[in-house]
Order: sequence, then C-alpha cells, then structure tokens
Amino acid sequence: MTARAVVTGIGVVAPSGVGADAHWRTVLAGARRTGPITLFDPAGYPTRHGGQVPDFTADSHADSRQLVQTDRWTHLGFAATRLALADAGLPERAPDPYGYAVTLASSSGGNLFGQRELQRLWGGPSRTVGAYQSIAWFYAASVGQLSIHHQFKGPSGVLVAETAGGLDSLAHAARAVRRGTPVVIAGATECPLSPYALACQLRSGLLSDVDDPQRAYRPFDASASGYLPAEGGAVFVVEELGHALARGARIYGEVSGWGSTHDAAHTTADSAGDVGQYARAMRLALDRADVAAAGIDVVLPDALGVPRYDRSEAESLRAVFADRPPPVTTQKPLTGRAHQGGSALDVATALLAFAHDTLPASAGPDEVADGCELDFLREHRRPRSRLALVCARGFDGFNSALVLRGAAPTRRETP
Amino acid sequence: MTGRRTVVTGVGVVAPGGASRDRFWKTITEGRTATRRISFFDPSPFRSQIAAECDFDPVAAGLTDAERRRADRYVQFALACSAEAVADAQLVLTDAERDRAGVVLGTAVGGTMALEQEYVTVSDHGRRWLVDAARGGPYLYQALVPSSLAADVACRHGLHGPAQVVSTGCTSGIDAIGYAHQMIVDGEADVVLAGAADSPISPVTVASFDAIKATSPDNDDPAHASRPFDADRHGFVLAEGAAVLVLEEAGRARRRGAHVYCEVAGYASRSNGYHMTGLRPDGLEMGLAVSDALRQGRIAPEQVSYISAHGSGTRQNDRHETAAFKRALGQAAYRVPISSIKSMVGHSLGAIGSIEMAACALAIEFGVVPPTANWSTRDPECDLDYVPNEAREVPVNVALSVGSGFGGFQSAMVFRRRPPAVAA
Repeated sequence: MTARAVVTGIGVVAPSGVGADAHWRTVLAGARRTGPITLFDPAGYPTRHGGQVPDFTADSHADSRQLVQTDRWTHLGFAATRLALADAGLPERAPDPYGYAVTLASSSGGNLFGQRELQRLWGGPSRTVGAYQSIAWFYAASVGQLSIHHQFKGPSGVLVAETAGGLDSLAHAARAVRRGTPVVIAGATECPLSPYALACQLRSGLLSDVDDPQRAYRPFDASASGYLPAEGGAVFVVEELGHALARGARIYGEVSGWGSTHDAAHTTADSAGDVGQYARAMRLALDRADVAAAGIDVVLPDALGVPRYDRSEAESLRAVFADRPPPVTTQKPLTGRAHQGGSALDVATALLAFAHDTLPASAGPDEVADGCELDFLREHRRPRSRLALVCARGFDGFNSALVLRGAAPTRRETP
Repeated sequence: MTGRRTVVTGVGVVAPGGASRDRFWKTITEGRTATRRISFFDPSPFRSQIAAECDFDPVAAGLTDAERRRADRYVQFALACSAEAVADAQLVLTDAERDRAGVVLGTAVGGTMALEQEYVTVSDHGRRWLVDAARGGPYLYQALVPSSLAADVACRHGLHGPAQVVSTGCTSGIDAIGYAHQMIVDGEADVVLAGAADSPISPVTVASFDAIKATSPDNDDPAHASRPFDADRHGFVLAEGAAVLVLEEAGRARRRGAHVYCEVAGYASRSNGYHMTGLRPDGLEMGLAVSDALRQGRIAPEQVSYISAHGSGTRQNDRHETAAFKRALGQAAYRVPISSIKSMVGHSLGAIGSIEMAACALAIEFGVVPPTANWSTRDPECDLDYVPNEAREVPVNVALSVGSGFGGFQSAMVFRRRPPAVAA
C-alpha cells in the first residue's frame, strides 16, 4: 500500500497577510495588496510596485542571532514554518528528528544580504565580506537554518524551477513521504526585492511598468501588461496519512497528483510557452491522482499576466479539458508574483478554499482578453468534487501541475 | 513501478586538469594536482589565493554562439558535459522518448560569477546601492535564477521530461543524481541527464570563505595546498567543474544494448541539525546516510570496495567522516581503500559530488582507485587507508561516495558494478 501524503499545516507569510486566516480574508475580500516598493527607493526603476509582506516583524519569529546570520528571505521562511507547525499542532522541535525533513524551493536566495556584502567587497575600504555571507546568500540557507532550529534531520532538499518549483517542492515532499519520512515541510518563500534582484528581474522582459498598483498586474485581461514581483510565500506540513490520523491532526487535503515537463525552449520576446508540454504536465498530474479531467472542481492557473503567455495557458487548459475547462480562479493579482513562493501560495489558497467550503471569486480579469476565454469564477461558490488543479510555469520552459484533493470542510467559521 | 532500477550509461566531465572524461581520469589516476594560483583575477588582496581552475574552451567543447552568449560559465560546463555524456551513451531518443527524458542538475552557488561581474558594472564598482538596471546584460535574470542550468541542457537535447535544479549546497551533486535515480525508480522518467556544475572562482566567493578561514592559505605552494587526511592540512581549495551522467532505466538500457558502467544501488541523505558550518565529531548523520544507502542496495559493509570521501581537507571534516565510516562500516572501514580526489581537483562546491560519482563509475569500469594526493603526514585521528599518492589497481564492485555541506547536509550514494539479473 502506497503511503498517502496529506497537508496538515499551512503557514502563510505573504503580501496578503501573515497567517492563513489573514491570507484567506484578503482572498475573500478580493483586496489587492500590491503597492509601492518600500524596501528600497524604486524611483529609478521602470517597475516601482510590488507585493510586500505587511507589518512583518522578523524578531517575533526568530532570535537575534538567527536574524543577523540570515537574509529577509530566510526570515520569511522562519515565520512561515513556525506558523505551519503551529497550525498542524506539531511542536517547535521535531520529536522524532529523522522522521522530519524540509524541502523548500528558492529561486533568488539571500539576494538582499548578498547585495550588501557585494557592496562592502567592491565599494568598501577592504576587500572583505562578513562572516555570514557564506551561509546567508546560497539557495540552501533557509533549509539549513530550519533543519537546525527545528531538528528536521531526515532527507532535506532545495529545488529551483523558477515559479514552477513551489509545486515541485510539494511533489518532492509527497515522494519523501512515500519513501518513509512521515513529516516533510515543503513550500517556498522568496524575497526578490533588493535593488539588484529587481534589476535582474527587469531583464526577463515580463514585468509590468504600469505605474498604478491596482492596474499593473492583470492576467487574462485585455489590459494585461506583465506582472508585479512580490515577496513571501507559503510553507506546509506534508504528512503521511496514517501518522496524521494517529495524532488526530486536522487534514486540509491530499497531495494526490503531480506532473512536470519542460518546453525544451527558452523564454524570449516572442515565446509563449509550449501549449502541448504544459497540457501534458497537467495530464500527468491528473493521471497520477487517478482523476478524470471532468472531475476537477477548480483550476488555479499560473496567470503570468503577459498576453501571449495568458493565451497559451488558456489554450493548454482547453486542450486538457476538451474545450470545457472547469472554473478558474486566480488570486495572484492580489499579492503579485512571489515566484516559487507564489505557486506555493496558490496551494494554500486551494486548501483553504476547501477548508472554508468556499471557492473564492477570481481577482479578474475584468475585460477578458481575446483567446483567454475561460470560466473565471465571478462569485464565491461552494466546492463540489473538492479537487483542485494548481498550475505553474517557470521562466525558460518549466511546467508543473499539482492535483489537490480537499478534505471535508473543517468547522472553522468563514471569516 | 516496483523493480525498476537505474544504471549509468554515459559519463561527461569538465574538471580542473582536463576538460573531458578521459583527461579527468588520467589526471586523477596519475595523482596530478590541478590546483594553482588564481588566474581569473588578481587574488593578492585575499587570504586564500589558490584554486583549481578549468582550462575550458567553449568553442572546442562545441557550444554554439548563442549558448556562449547566454550561458554563464557553470552552465557552459554543464552543456559540454551533457554532450559528452550523451555521446558516450550513444543515446538517441525518439520524440515519444523525449517526453520521458528529464534533466536534474545541481549547483551550490549558480550564477554567482556572472552576478558579481554584472554587479560591478550596474553598481559602478559598489558605489551605488540603487543599481542602474539599464546597464545590466541581457541575461541577468538567468544569472539570478539557477534553474537556467537545467533549462539550457533540456533545450540543447530537446528533453521534455521533468527538469529540475537541486541546490543543497555542497551535497547538490550527489542529491541531483539521487533525485534523478528516484524519478526513474518511481517511473516518472526513463532517462535523466543528472549531475552538477559550479564555477564559483570569483572574488565574492573567495572572500566569503576567507571570512571563515575555510580555505587553504598555503599560497606559496598551490600544487600541494589541498591535503585531505594529512596532519598538515589547512583547509580546502576552491575549484570549479561539472559532471553529467546519463541515468537510464535498466531494462531500457539492456534492450538497446547500451554499455553499462554501473547501477545506482542506493542514495540517502540526512541533516545533522547541528550547525550551518560545524560538524558533530561523531559523524552520526553521515554514518546514517551511508547505512541507509547500503541497505537499499542490500550491500554489507564488507562488500564495499572503494569509498570516494568528501575529504575536503579541513581538520573538522576529515575527522568527522573518518568517524562516520567507522560508525557505518565497523571493522570493514579499516580495510576499504578511501580517497579524496579533492586533493587533485579541489572542491567545486555543488559540482564536486557529481564529479566524484563520475570517478566512482570510472573506478568500477577500469578497476582502478584514484589516490589521495599530497598525503605525507599521518593524523592519529585519521587512521584509515586513504590510498596515499598513488592509484591502486583493484577490482571495484561497489563504490560508495559521500558529501557533506554547509547547512548540515550529509549525503551518500552507492554504485555497483552491474545490476544483478532481474527476473523478466
């Protein structure tokens, strides 16, 4: 009997709020939380808006020694992990260290910390960096710190597939559960909002330069102009079903299926992604979950906000769902795109929707762009089959999809 | 999908001392060291001024103009290795097979070299915090996000299966091959190009390791600076390089009559939960990873014929892993030949784990164990057989390799000569 992987804890640290409840309130209200970037002065950049975590106080989630050694991206990871463990009813220190692992996705590392050290090295009087640069900048910094702090000593990992990697980390966690690790922390946080990281992202050609945070990131809309970057993400407790049942844990849902493919083609000024390969990732996820396409209740798409990519995503969905895709809802415009953290946040949204017995209305489009005609959820409604398909693509050809099977609604009141 | 096994059918290497599989093998079996004074920039401001650099010619390696323009140095290494491995495996894929052929590559620091070079420009030599985005090169985003490594290799070979970058620091190279192996066993792919690449020889990396005194300051004698298991060691020597293996489902390889180097018999990892850079002297978690990897292959400690050590040449590491081998193998630890090729090709962070797996595949193939170079003074706490200075001809049926990295990650992988007969 193959072990089944279920989600028993959700930790959100995102522009939509700190904590799953705050995120859900933002989603239900459909409130856009993107705004002017304040982590630095963005006046000189063509993109000046983004999604930042509101009122984030790092020192309430980690001690001062941990904070000084790490980047803001890791601070967000400390917070999200602590929230996920508390939500799952698990202690801060793993009671069975080798039975706990952590696998997060990261595509921008500790870039804010790194830029400060680069400035010291190149602009300062001595050719030196600080003692923590070697452990703060690299992509494994958060997972290493979390493993030490929480005593997660099982097989841990760090994955990178640009935005798609957030879903890949949950798939990897489900595989680790099947291989015998009962509890795996998965998901992603990102903080790509240093001046240098923003400069790097601008080179992708996919960011919006519309100078109005309410109108800048509008996927599938006739006025789509690219996306706004964001920080934050979501971290989950993924747990073997029997382990969760034995301790009476609340179950949000099962990670039932996953699939990933690659376009074998780069992202360029003309590219739109490979419709067939993206559709194939979705079909692989459906097949693994043993779910017929018609059984899917709701789709949370990648929603890049770049017209040619929006059209190709709609086309992929039509291909998978035989021209009749299920309702689609995207909440990414509320937060901006936190890259791998953003696809993880979509997983949180889907699981919370089942927990609250409410599929949330889509944050746009207001005027559907040609070729993007999909059944966008215009009002909140009750779930039916409780099966969600979450999709994500990554810069330069990555495609991933995840099928989540929602548990029965919990008794929590819808806020 | 039970019963699926993974075999290695192709090997490609770009390493210091020789940018090809054959030259790499010749370097390490002759016991030649490829460490030298850093030539990429003036290293004189730094504590450690030595590294193992690759003499790499992207044109000779067959990279296209577009690849040379877009790809950072570590990605170019991976492109060269992938091409060599694919040619070695005589791998020809139909369109349908490409859908089930993936890429899993590791890197510890990704595009650091390009990021630093570009940073100097856009920040006007560190004068501007608010960098001038307009002055950055066209491929800055690829430099920031290391998934470009897997993307470029998938593009080159037209692979549509799962593509992934693994970035667990200095165990990335073992972990990437481990994930690829799991993908094949789980039936998610039939062929995976798996390996790792890093090109960290850049001022910011050198300064980072200077700051914690992890690298060797033996600047007067670069050729003998990497001294794993020697009592007179002073830290590791930074390096660059890459290796890519063709991993293939065993039945597929057999049906097409492919040459098989070895089978992936086991892979495991544990974290020490102890310290970002410190190691528990008892080697507990590395020992657990080794035991788990051996258990998966149903291999007894006495059956291990070679251990490719992490052997970074820090006192802390050498004692830690010596303890780990004793813990996992018991008395057998004293009989098995153990060596660290980092003594010759340095420590290329995430890449070296894959380069060491390539060395294990070649050791099985040729029945030769590469030595630990620069070994002259016995450390009483490192009392195993480290194959000092000269390669040894010995049949290698089972090769174990381990990696240890910042963050506390400990990984182990076992290669076995040939898969036992599988019932049809």
